Amino acid sequence: MAEQDIKSIVNIDFDIKELAGVGRGLLDSIAGLTDVPSGAFNIRADGTSIGRASTKAVEIVTKKDKPGIDIYIAPGTTGETVYIPVILTKPGLQDLVYNDFYVGEAATVEIVAGCGIHNDSCTESRHDGIHAFHVGKNAHVKYIERHYGEGSGDGTNVMNPTTVVELGKNSYMEMETTQIKGVDSTERITRADLADGAQLVISEKIMTHGKQHATTDFKVELNGDGSSANVVSRSVARDDSRQRFNADLRGNNRCHGHSECDAIVMDNAVVSSLPQITANSVEAELIHEAAIGKIAGEQLEKLMTLGLTEREAEEKIIDGFLK
Amino acid sequence: MLKLVDVSFSADTERGKKDILKNIDLESGDGFTVVTGPNGGGKSSLAKVISGLYRPTSGRIFWKGQDVTDLNITERAKAGISYAFQQPVRFKGITVKDLIKVASGKELNVSEACEYLSAVGLCARDYIDREVNASLSGGELKRIEIATVLARNTDFAVFDEPEAGIDLWSFNSLIKVFEQMRERTHGAIMIISHQERILEIADRIVVISGGKVEKQGTKDEILPGLMYDRTCPRLDGINS
Repeated sequence: MAEQDIKSIVNIDFDIKELAGVGRGLLDSIAGLTDVPSGAFNIRADGTSIGRASTKAVEIVTKKDKPGIDIYIAPGTTGETVYIPVILTKPGLQDLVYNDFYVGEAATVEIVAGCGIHNDSCTESRHDGIHAFHVGKNAHVKYIERHYGEGSGDGTNVMNPTTVVELGKNSYMEMETTQIKGVDSTERITRADLADGAQLVISEKIMTHGKQHATTDFKVELNGDGSSANVVSRSVARDDSRQRFNADLRGNNRCHGHSECDAIVMDNAVVSSLPQITANSVEAELIHEAAIGKIAGEQLEKLMTLGLTEREAEEKIIDGFLK
Repeated sequence: MLKLVDVSFSADTERGKKDILKNIDLESGDGFTVVTGPNGGGKSSLAKVISGLYRPTSGRIFWKGQDVTDLNITERAKAGISYAFQQPVRFKGITVKDLIKVASGKELNVSEACEYLSAVGLCARDYIDREVNASLSGGELKRIEIATVLARNTDFAVFDEPEAGIDLWSFNSLIKVFEQMRERTHGAIMIISHQERILEIADRIVVISGGKVEKQGTKDEILPGLMYDRTCPRLDGINS
C-alpha cells in the first residue's frame, strides 16, 4: 500500500518483530500475520492496543465509554483488509472488548479478527469479544475469525465471542469462523437481522478435544423481502469433549434460510444439534439439516488402500472436513 | 505374482454364517486377468480378500512369494497391491488433487497430478480442485477412482466392476482407458467385470460362481464357452 494512504498511526514505534516469540506465534496462528499489516489494523495484546493504523478509508477509534474500538469504513471503499487480532499471553487475564464496525454504503471490505491465548498457568485466561456490525446498503463484508489456545498449564482458555449483525438493504456478509484448537470453553453467540435483499453466509468450523466444551448459538431474523441466510457448521469432537449447536432461523418475509450442522464424533465425545426454523410468512422457505456420526469406515478403508495407516487416514479426513 | 491357496471366506449374516468364498485356488501373473461370473458369486469378496478389506477364514495369500495373509490393508497397499472400489468413496473437503497426492505417496505439482486425470479421460483443469463429493457424477467418481490407482503405480491392481453405475457414454471411454492400460502395463491387473468388451481384452479369464472357481484359463479357452452359456435356454427351446 502507498505510504500516503496511511491516515494515522497511533503507535508509531510498533514493530511486530519486537513482540515476544509467544505473541508473534499467536498472531501468525490466528491472523497469518508475520509482519505489520499494510492497511488499517489494531493489535490488542493483554488488554491494551499495542499497535494501530488507520487509512483514508478505514478509521479506527478507541471507545470512550467501554473497552474496545469503533471501526469506520467509508462508503464506496474497495480493496481494504482490516486486521484486528487479540492475543493474551499473561496468565489469568480476563479481557472484555467491544468492537463496533460501521460499514458504509457500497463498501467492500475484508476483516480479519481472531483471538489467541497462551496460558502456562493454572488460572483461567479469558477473552470475551463483542462485535457489532452495522452494514450499510449494498456493502460487501467478508469477516474471518480464528480462535486458538495453547499452553502447558492446567489453566483453562476461555473465549466467548458475541457477534451482532445488522445487514442493510442488498448488503452481503460472509462470516468464516474457525476454532482451531486449544480453546477449553467457548460460547459463541451470533445474532443477525437482515433487511430487503440482504444475504448472510456463515461457515463455522470447530474442533474440540480433551475435556473442552463448545456451544454455538445462532439466531437469524430474515426480516427483509428477498433476504437469505445460509448457516453451515462443521465440527469434529474428540476425546471427552462436548459440543452443542443451536440454530434458530426465523423467516419473517419472502426469504430463503438454510442451516446445516455436520459433525464427526469420535472417542467419548458428545455432540447435540438443535436446529429450529420458524416461518412467520407463507413466503418463507426454510430448511435445516443435521448429521452427526463417526468417520465412515469406507473413507478410512479407501485411504488405507492408498497406503495411509488408520491414524493417518483419520487425520486426513478431519483435515479435509475442517478445511 | 499373486497366488491364493485354498482361500475361504465366511461372513455373519442375519441368517447365520454364510460361506462366500470356498477353497479358492488362483494365480494371477503379468497381464490382464478378468474375473467374471453371476451376481452374488463372490467376485467382490475376492477383491476385498486380496486387498485386505476382508480377512480370509482359511487359506493363504502370497504376493511375490511372500505370505501376505496377515497383513492389514495399509501393509498390503505398501507392499504394492492396489484396489479400486466398485462404489467410489465420497469425502467432504478432500479434493481430487489431495487424493491423487496421497495415492502417489509424494508431493505432486498440479501438472503431475493432472497427468493421471488426463489418462482417465478427464479434463484435468476442471477437476483437480474439486471435492470428491456427491457433486461429481457416478462416471466422474469412477474415473477419479481409477486415477488414484494409476497414481499408485504398483505392480498389481484389482478393479471391482469398473463399469458398474456408469452410463454408456462413460463406459465407452472407460474401455479405452483399460485398453491403454493394457498396452502400457508391465504388472498384473485384475478386473472384475461382466462386460464382454472387458472380457475381450483379457489375457486370462476366471469364472467364479457359488463362491468357487468354476473355470479358469486363457481368453481363447474360456470366452467362447461363456458366450454360448449366455444364450437363454428357453429361447433355444423355442427355436429348435
